[in-house]
Amino acid sequence: MSQQRKWLNGLLAIAVIYIVLLIGPTAGLDIPRVAREIAANPETLLQQMLVGLANGSIVAIIALGYTLVYGIIELINFAHGDLFMLGVFTSFTVIGLSGVDEKSSSSETIVVVLLAFVVSSVFCATLNVFIERFAYRPLRNAPRLAPLISAIGVSFILINVGLFWGGLRVIFPFMGNNAAAPKSIPDLLPRFDLLQAMGIQTNIAFTSKDLIVIVVASVLMISLRFFIQRTRLGKAMRATAQNRDAAMIMGININQVISLTFLIGGALAGAGGLLVGLYNNTAVFTMGFTAGLRAFTAAVLGGIGNITGAMMGGVLIGIIAAFSDQYFSSRWTNAWVFAVLVIILIFRPTGLLGERTSDKA
Amino acid sequence: MKSKILLSILLVALLAVIAVACAPAGPAATNEIKIVSSLPRTGSSKGQTDTVVNGIKMAVDEANGKVGNFTITYLDWDDATAAAGKWDPAQETENANKAVADKDVMVYIGTFNSGAAKLSIPILNAAGPLVMVSPANTYPGLTKPGKGEAGEPDKYYPSKVRNYTRVVPADDIQGAVGAQWAKQLKATKVYILDDQETYGKGIADVFEAEAKKQGLTVLGHEGIDAKAADYKALMTKVKGLNPDLIYFGGITQNNAGQLLKDKINVGMANDKVIFMGPDGIYEDAFIDAAGKANVEGVLVTFGGVTVDQYTGKAKDWLAAYKKKFNADPEVYAIYGYEAGKVALDAIARAGTKDRKAIRDAVFATKDFDKGVLGKWSFDANGDTTILTMSGSSIKGGKFVFSTLLGQ
Repeated sequence: MSQQRKWLNGLLAIAVIYIVLLIGPTAGLDIPRVAREIAANPETLLQQMLVGLANGSIVAIIALGYTLVYGIIELINFAHGDLFMLGVFTSFTVIGLSGVDEKSSSSETIVVVLLAFVVSSVFCATLNVFIERFAYRPLRNAPRLAPLISAIGVSFILINVGLFWGGLRVIFPFMGNNAAAPKSIPDLLPRFDLLQAMGIQTNIAFTSKDLIVIVVASVLMISLRFFIQRTRLGKAMRATAQNRDAAMIMGININQVISLTFLIGGALAGAGGLLVGLYNNTAVFTMGFTAGLRAFTAAVLGGIGNITGAMMGGVLIGIIAAFSDQYFSSRWTNAWVFAVLVIILIFRPTGLLGERTSDKA
Repeated sequence: MKSKILLSILLVALLAVIAVACAPAGPAATNEIKIVSSLPRTGSSKGQTDTVVNGIKMAVDEANGKVGNFTITYLDWDDATAAAGKWDPAQETENANKAVADKDVMVYIGTFNSGAAKLSIPILNAAGPLVMVSPANTYPGLTKPGKGEAGEPDKYYPSKVRNYTRVVPADDIQGAVGAQWAKQLKATKVYILDDQETYGKGIADVFEAEAKKQGLTVLGHEGIDAKAADYKALMTKVKGLNPDLIYFGGITQNNAGQLLKDKINVGMANDKVIFMGPDGIYEDAFIDAAGKANVEGVLVTFGGVTVDQYTGKAKDWLAAYKKKFNADPEVYAIYGYEAGKVALDAIARAGTKDRKAIRDAVFATKDFDKGVLGKWSFDANGDTTILTMSGSSIKGGKFVFSTLLGQ
């Protein structure tokens, strides 16, 4: 880094701190008060970190879908959040049709949840491959704005599919009377307090439900990373991301690799859909937009195109949001999340971990 | 190239034909009077507004679509969009402008959401003024000086002549009786949340003021992000403050269901910490959203009498409604009917197709008993003189009346 650049960064840092201190108090920033509250009750801070970790894991799974696709074809797939929403609906439909609820036996529940996992992943993966084939591939060599608009179009289509799906009470009576109303998904995950069960005396609640979400999300992310770093197909994906033409010359079937990327991204959206459905217990056709926005932010925060970055970004956003809900004010939470994004992008324009899988000059 | 020119000519010709077909049929005054309603007809308010529209239709049908020499046409407009899933500011503005432009529109029944009324009142006020009769808005600042924010309600009436009335009592009463009810239930520490909309924040502010007056401790009051995926962090914070009642000022469409779920998720069961809300969650959609298991014991206030408590003419109306539509009305249906009745009565008394005269007639509504709510009048602000409120709780997935409030 040149001397000049260092100076500039220093100045920027001062400017940013000044602006945050100036505007922050309107958005609930009161450092002495927050410090006092943390000192008075450190357990609360820990509790909120755990809440943020669980929520962040979910954001991270969705963020992976954005980052994978961006890494390989440099397209911001705006339809991904809505695909995830359809994942929630698929899972809800499987659960609803099977008729299990909170009172069902655990073996029944496990079978249904696994079934929902498979159906939802397969459905979303297939759908995503089709979306790529018909909405993005014909535009692959068009200017970059064209597939972006196409993605927004697909997003609208999927939202309306969700709305229509929610109205199918004739076939699925559990959808309730109203197509657009949020639907309640049975609370199937076991919920017992782990810390209490281990005999630790504390006010912190950490349930098996939270643990399951964090573990499943971590396993999905680690296996994805393994797949991309250690397998032949993963290598082909990385090669395609670096330079499509060169990869083609090396004998890699580009179309297949891109389809595979969408397949994996879709499967993750489906799995994420089930996870969120069981964790938050709500299915509503508009949920894809909000989830997508947070996830996209996480992907950018971590460095879009970078898988580890997406995970970090997701968890970071979850924790910032929980921290803001606790110590600032929930109405400003989105403002804080995006403020952190802006600040990080000022100093690291390519996100926390830069852009490693894609080769852009 | 030639084909392109031909195509353009064809297109222009087509547009011309459409324009001619759609143009107003000249200045010839017709005897048609249009009553329009602007309600959220898409999204999860639809369950509620379906029954409101039915109520209005009933009123028009009973008059056989005629008042004196005038033919009454009722139009059911939507101020919601699928993308928003609830009322949409742009759509409501468009509806208001459409009503202004159509010279046959004499009464505007709406809106459902108070935030929407803020947009359409000034537009209609400058056009005649065109009178509004709302079957559902409860935000006090729309009509009552000093009960809303600074400058309200005068800023909505640029022509200085009031043109907005409502057949439901406003929230300065509903929010207050909510707090009084909380006191009766022996709650001492309350936490207040709202959805940051005109209606939700308005009623939550009234609740807060009255709660303090009643000697309850208000632990905090904050707005929620209506689009958030979950509220675990927020509810964890609330739990740390140890309230015995949580009040949510807001509507189902702003995520009331998820809020309740996460309240229970973090360990505040309904029998330990009461969850109370206003009429914005008094609909089946709320029960669907939160899940039957979670809504048990939730308390809801309503600015009127609930369906299961109808007596006299209201009870007869209920039977007629069920017979006609083969379905149960939701709580606002009867106000749709009453609004329709008021509009028709005003047109009859005005006896002329003139927006100003009909506005005057609506505001002159006194000791009105042609509807089914009993004998009531509009005061100078356009508010109803009926003040009866009720409190309900949810039992077995149904709203059950528990007490009359505010008397």
